[in-house]
Amino acid sequence: MTWYERVLTGSGLLVVGAPALVAAVMGLVLLLGYRLTERRITRLLEGATITGLAAAILILIGMLATGSRRVAITLGNWVVVPGEYHFAIKFVFDRLSVPFVILSFVLIGTIGAFASRYLHREEEFARFFMLYAIFLLGMVVASLAGTIETLFTGWELVGLSSALLVAYYQERPAPSRSGLWVWSVYRVSDAALLFAAVVLHHLMGEGDLSRLLGSGTWPYQHAEVASGQALLVGLLLIVAAAGKSALVPFSGWLPRAMEGPTPSSAIFYGALSVHLGAFLLLRLDPLIDRSIWLAGLLVVIGLATAVLAYLSSLVQTDIKSALCYASLTQVGIIVVEIGLGLRYVALVHMIGHATLRTLQFLRAPSILHEYHLVENALGEHRPVGKAPSWARLAGASVLGWLYRLALERSYLDGFLREVVVEPFRRGMLFCDRFERRWTDRLSGGESRESDHLRDPFGVIDELS
Amino acid sequence: MTIMGLPWLELAILTAVIGSLVVGLMRIPRRAAAWGMGFMGGVFVFAFLAWLSFSLGGTAAPSLGAVIQERWLGRVVFRLDELSAPMVPSLALLHFLTGVATARSRMRHFSYSWSLGSEAIRLAMFSCVASWTLVALLVLCTLPPYFELVNRGRPTRVYVLHLTLFNALLIVGWSLVEMRGRDGGNLGWELLPLMMAILVRCGTVPAHCWVTDWFEHASFGNALLFVAPLVGVYAAARLVLPIAPEWVLRGIGIASLVTAVYAAAMATIQRDTRRLFAFLFLSHASLVLVGLELFTELSLTASLCVWFSVILSLGGFGLTLRALESRCGRLSLAEFHGLYSQAPSLAVCYLLTGLGCVGFPGTLGFISTELLVDSAVEYSPWVGVAVVGAGALNGIAVLRGYFSLFTGVRHAASISLRIVPRERFAVLTLSALILGGGLFPQPGVLTRYRATLALLAERRQRMRAVAPGVAERPRGTGLEQRGGGGGLLGAAAGATVRGS
Repeated sequence: MTWYERVLTGSGLLVVGAPALVAAVMGLVLLLGYRLTERRITRLLEGATITGLAAAILILIGMLATGSRRVAITLGNWVVVPGEYHFAIKFVFDRLSVPFVILSFVLIGTIGAFASRYLHREEEFARFFMLYAIFLLGMVVASLAGTIETLFTGWELVGLSSALLVAYYQERPAPSRSGLWVWSVYRVSDAALLFAAVVLHHLMGEGDLSRLLGSGTWPYQHAEVASGQALLVGLLLIVAAAGKSALVPFSGWLPRAMEGPTPSSAIFYGALSVHLGAFLLLRLDPLIDRSIWLAGLLVVIGLATAVLAYLSSLVQTDIKSALCYASLTQVGIIVVEIGLGLRYVALVHMIGHATLRTLQFLRAPSILHEYHLVENALGEHRPVGKAPSWARLAGASVLGWLYRLALERSYLDGFLREVVVEPFRRGMLFCDRFERRWTDRLSGGESRESDHLRDPFGVIDELS
Repeated sequence: MTIMGLPWLELAILTAVIGSLVVGLMRIPRRAAAWGMGFMGGVFVFAFLAWLSFSLGGTAAPSLGAVIQERWLGRVVFRLDELSAPMVPSLALLHFLTGVATARSRMRHFSYSWSLGSEAIRLAMFSCVASWTLVALLVLCTLPPYFELVNRGRPTRVYVLHLTLFNALLIVGWSLVEMRGRDGGNLGWELLPLMMAILVRCGTVPAHCWVTDWFEHASFGNALLFVAPLVGVYAAARLVLPIAPEWVLRGIGIASLVTAVYAAAMATIQRDTRRLFAFLFLSHASLVLVGLELFTELSLTASLCVWFSVILSLGGFGLTLRALESRCGRLSLAEFHGLYSQAPSLAVCYLLTGLGCVGFPGTLGFISTELLVDSAVEYSPWVGVAVVGAGALNGIAVLRGYFSLFTGVRHAASISLRIVPRERFAVLTLSALILGGGLFPQPGVLTRYRATLALLAERRQRMRAVAPGVAERPRGTGLEQRGGGGGLLGAAAGATVRGS
């Protein structure tokens, strides 16, 4: 191994190792029941972020200096069943993953610094940063994944930390219900990605992305799969991406996620997590290229998401919801760009959008206060914004219908609840009642002690 | 004779028997608990040494234990093999930790004497191969829970009906097999009673109600110890897998698949923590059975890995719920409890063990789940969809339980509900195994692979020339044949960099 390769290997390991170490340390401390001071927690996270960022930039400099477009770091097989299966761990630095991982470190570091002050003296400061560290690790692993299984690992870590941070203010029921809804959507998304990963593994013989997606470097790869196979796998990937990025029909979870603290809203739903679905589509775009139907579907889903999110953003009455729908509008447009084959445009759009939206989310808590200061200085209220120009062209009835659609968030939540959740729940409750009758009959009396548990006010019968 | 040649397995079983008798004579609960924990600890140490002895290969000469058994029983009845070697210390550990983690307020309700007796039966069972001894132990194993229910004054009919059916089918089934000479290629309908017995014992739909009923009425500790080892799956691996034709295995597999999905779905709507746990257990046990009945190398390896994960992860999950119950009584999932502020360590343990059950990355269940899904998709994409779906529903159920138990309100308590040192020791031990096995899974996977080869070799031997092609399912019958892959890379010893 040359010195250059050694430097790259070391840097690559640092990029992943630093977040992993911090997550492990903080997790161990929490498990053992100890408490770290706020200062120590902040320093740990700072250290990991700065180390990872520096290592990522070093890799970028090395790649630019040598003209290398792809650097792969293979850690070998983590698990092998001889002759049957192997799970390789591999990280890839290319034109997609390097900007994204640098963006991740910059934004996570920035928001971490903000959060250390925003959440100062919060009772659950340590819990927030524990989940934050897991999120950092998940994002880095997902961004740099060179095998589909590794990508799935990062994907799951991001999902768990996201759902638990939505329920951060856990002394109220609404955040908990929202957290559960978010987690449920994520599980559907994870299931789709896991199934896609396994199917790909079987079709191609392994999970290495460079072999799955063909030779060459991003975005010039060409997957050697039949269009039918690409369609099957692509549909699963679109479901996975739709769940993670809150695309139609899963958009309903995004405003619920605003229950979490502002820093987590910024990093998850403004900056990084909400773009992870789009990142997945970019990473696996050679598969999408193999089927025109997939590309068309992406355009349709992206457009629908953008339009519906735009309409919803116009009627929101709180700033975080307005920002989340604005964010979703842009994500929809990014997905359209991916569907149209505009890879670099989508990547640049993602980076720019993530940065801008992070700023907006972080300023959200103070913006009303600043508006009041401006109005005090002016001595009058700020001018109210005008209606969009297209609204003047539409009739009153159309506007009314659009208003209701926007207010009800496109009825997507209701659709999922009425078409998926409620039938499932009713079916299972029917089975439960049947089982109770059966065991009562066998027992010759009441068979369930749990029926006599105290039934208090405020039962949760639904997923939200 | 080296120290590894000592009769550790026999000592483990004997210690459990003696402990059961000694502790049974004690009338003061805390004294009985202390002695009980001591005996359980001793059993675990001996079981661990037995496994160590097996892993290190023992000696060329027969072990002292084998000599003793030959002298006293006429033959070697109890011995470890690739399948049971890691199971025995895991069982012993679970018993020990359950005993250690029993809260003082629960010591009157958890009988250490009966637990030690049951432990002896289970250890003996897991050291047996297919034989009337195993059948007798399987039947004997069903008795202590009956006495538990009687002693607690709880209804027994559901349990008695189902387990009597199991015992009857087991005895009839094994009699028929013995009459036909245990020749796998000649067996057909004779295996039906045995197949039904396995389905009843494993709680396969529709014969699963006894499991939920058992959890309703038994003490949580005993309920957990009775189901966690997956005795039904062990019976399937020993009695059915070596000799069953494909249609029998497929029947068990289909029933198990339906149960896995059904139980996972039912877990998401439960209003009681014990019923949640019971359905999670049913789902995972069924997934183990699904893998077993696909009988390919990969699926069997996956199944055995999931089995191990179930014992540890689900066992730890059960201990965490039990710890919560000892503080707050039976817990309803129809309300928020907000226990995080009072017991944050238990919340972390809940998440760790719960997510370990459903195969979250970094936990013991992750690779097991990956292998199982992989093997399921290899058999049929629809089986893969069902397995993935069951996993997703289980994940939703676990976190629904978390949000209900630990969040939603501010819990006001006048006494400390924090984890006590004994509980922390128990849950941390299991957490260490879950995380350690999750981060370094290869050694465990290799032992399960060797056990798989041993099981398949036994099956090949039993399935004679009458049906030469049915011993093992060919690879790639579902999706296209997988090409390449596998084998340790030379770069496994260190990282390699490739640029382009």
